[in-house]
Amino acid sequence: MYRYDKYDQAMVDTRVEEFRDQVRRRIEGKMDDDQFKPLRLKNGLYLQLHAYMLRVAVPYGTLNSAQMRTLAMIARKYDRGYGHFTTRQNIQYNWIKLAEAPDILADLAKVEMHAIQTSGESIRNISSDQYAGAAADELIDPRPWAEMLRQMTTFMPEFSYLPRKFKIAIIASAEDRIALRWHDFALRIVQNTAGELGFEVFAGGGMGRTPFIAYCIREFLPTTQIFSYLQAVLRVWNRHARRDNIHKQRMKILVHDLGQEEFTAQVEEAFEHFLSLGEDFPPAEYDRIAAYFAPPAFEQGLSDEIDLSDPAFARWVERQVVAHKAPGYAIANISLKPVGGIPGDITAEQMELVADLAERFSFDELRSTHAQNLVLPHVKKADLYTVWQALVSAGLADANLDLISDLIACPGLDYCSLANARSIPVAQKIAERFADPARQADLGELKIKISGCINACGHHHAGNIGILGVDRKGSESYQLLLGGSGDEDTTQAKIAGPGFDEDGIVDAVERAVEHYRAVRSPNERFIDTYRRVGMDGFKEAIYG
Amino acid sequence: MAESGNPTPAATEQFSAGLRFRDDVAADEPAVSLDAFLEQEEADSVRIEAGEDVTVLFPHLSRVRLIEVDFPKFRDGRGFSTARMLREAGYTGEIKATGDVLVDLIFFMRRCGFDSFAPDKPIDPSDAEAALTRWDNVYVPAADDRVPIWKLRHG
Amino acid sequence: MRIITGNDLKTGAVTWWTGYDWSLHVEDAVDAGADAEAVMAREVATCRVNGPYIIDGEKTADGVRPAHIKDRIRALGPTVRPDLTLKPADPEAREWVI
Repeated sequence: MYRYDKYDQAMVDTRVEEFRDQVRRRIEGKMDDDQFKPLRLKNGLYLQLHAYMLRVAVPYGTLNSAQMRTLAMIARKYDRGYGHFTTRQNIQYNWIKLAEAPDILADLAKVEMHAIQTSGESIRNISSDQYAGAAADELIDPRPWAEMLRQMTTFMPEFSYLPRKFKIAIIASAEDRIALRWHDFALRIVQNTAGELGFEVFAGGGMGRTPFIAYCIREFLPTTQIFSYLQAVLRVWNRHARRDNIHKQRMKILVHDLGQEEFTAQVEEAFEHFLSLGEDFPPAEYDRIAAYFAPPAFEQGLSDEIDLSDPAFARWVERQVVAHKAPGYAIANISLKPVGGIPGDITAEQMELVADLAERFSFDELRSTHAQNLVLPHVKKADLYTVWQALVSAGLADANLDLISDLIACPGLDYCSLANARSIPVAQKIAERFADPARQADLGELKIKISGCINACGHHHAGNIGILGVDRKGSESYQLLLGGSGDEDTTQAKIAGPGFDEDGIVDAVERAVEHYRAVRSPNERFIDTYRRVGMDGFKEAIYG
Repeated sequence: MAESGNPTPAATEQFSAGLRFRDDVAADEPAVSLDAFLEQEEADSVRIEAGEDVTVLFPHLSRVRLIEVDFPKFRDGRGFSTARMLREAGYTGEIKATGDVLVDLIFFMRRCGFDSFAPDKPIDPSDAEAALTRWDNVYVPAADDRVPIWKLRHG
Repeated sequence: MRIITGNDLKTGAVTWWTGYDWSLHVEDAVDAGADAEAVMAREVATCRVNGPYIIDGEKTADGVRPAHIKDRIRALGPTVRPDLTLKPADPEAREWVI
């Protein structure tokens, strides 16, 4: 994976000192909160319900064991012994003190990590495929471009106060594992008929209160022109977005207001201009970065056999293990969704165990996923049983990837100052209702996504079943949505009908699920059944 | 285009009244609105409000000495594009940032081509100097002469 | 009653205005009445509190109860982690929130 050189290291070190100075000025009263807030947000520091919250970037979801151990140390030393993996592959801590935040950033910098631009009106952490470099179905490892994008988008002077946040994702496979078209700007690496690599570019997606699915703004962009193209998109948006209503300043709204054709035309005009400046990163810089992502030294001649005589292990392999590009290796998914647990939460001890496993069994690599799970990307099939036993001992061996209990949930009103309702208790109750592994397996792939407010951090618009928490006259209420997807067949979920209270929403989910069981065709996933039969039958089943 | 980021001692002293990074004589006429400028052929100083289209100035840049770019709120980043576009269009006169200009923005403003500042609220000169001298290197090019890191890496 | 609450500037901890100082415990909150705005302005200026705001609440037999669930969660802690709340040993505390 990528390693900082002296320049990268100096950037994060300087950033720590800059933030230390800003925190000092705030505490000394030289700055009020109105001025300080955007500065702390650009370093990932929120003020939440109970304390400050720090969101640490996990660039394109890739971590090594030293980094994971530092994350564990931070959880123990500065927080309350745990962290929370987010839907942008980042990790956040819930109990941070302002005065200690600069020290945390300094500790992160020692392992080449940071919290730069993980919040605020800025270009956020670049998302990528959690299976990058390992997936059997990828065209090429997308992470060198992701790292180049990270550097391109760190401290862009012209775009230091964008109208709103800006989220970028990049993948290199046809299967979409990162909700590509729910991003402001997304790249899929493709090959043209001449065999050259380029980007299929999507723009104008996003969730929030006004969801839009990104459209294809360019079918093929030469990889060497990405910096010019990205600047063109950002400039058109920065100049023309509304600035009078924070809820209408995301790029998706401008795309909608101008129309895709006009937005595309303006971007193309700006793109021509930026190309003429000759500022694109050269192929040599791509080559330099790509060298860090050379495949690890996979052993040759390994067997693909896995001894599945232990039935619990066999269930785990069947659910959590995915095909790897190298013979004899596998990708192992680690569930952070134990039934009754808090989706995405992980203790310091668990982080250390996972770090050990990565170091011993996965070429020192770990990944975080947008579904709030972890991945060991390069595990020898012969080692899977040992890995699984260690995960069992740490309570990390749930076999529920993409099943009903693998819920995505934002922190909700238990932690978040923006939330209208709690998300976690709903996730826990649904997982408990469907705890029986046989029942989950029978239901198959079923993605439930829960947000505690319309900002949609829990991706409810993309849930096969989406749940949105709202404030109904001072008490919590939950809307049910059906039919969303963040996969390659992206669709936006639709509201099924009136809302429910906390127990009511769990019952409603069960009625929807039972309706699916009643009407599904053999081997048909929930989402496919929904698309085939439509909302009406489900509505009838849910509301009677 | 613009010179290095270090403020001269003289400039630092003046900072409470504003800061200027140019050696030429400052324009003495007040800047007029964009509409007025386009109508008055003798005007040489113009003020761009956030949201105004700077490209309409491009045909007239040869007669401009000062362009004020206003920041109504520090969170309104449109002025960054305005300044950089002016530099990209070849404008070499003064670009002054006015309004809600905070010390934590001036480094990026300098990089976008601003070479003078008249903030609503005075900025502490030592904070300004720290902000402008903090970063040894930058990842991306802008409207200044800073060399991006990728170029340093590859010589 | 009109309660002033905010977060401590340095620690981020939830605090409640007691009439002369800030407390971690909602039981200590007082009715700030018509003075609330003036108190907030003064306390912000001295950098002790971040983002203070005024909420409705009532004095009950169990103590001070903020009107909105959000502020009751702030007063106690996350309902999903009773061990991290101000009353880890009290199984009834969660019911008070809801």
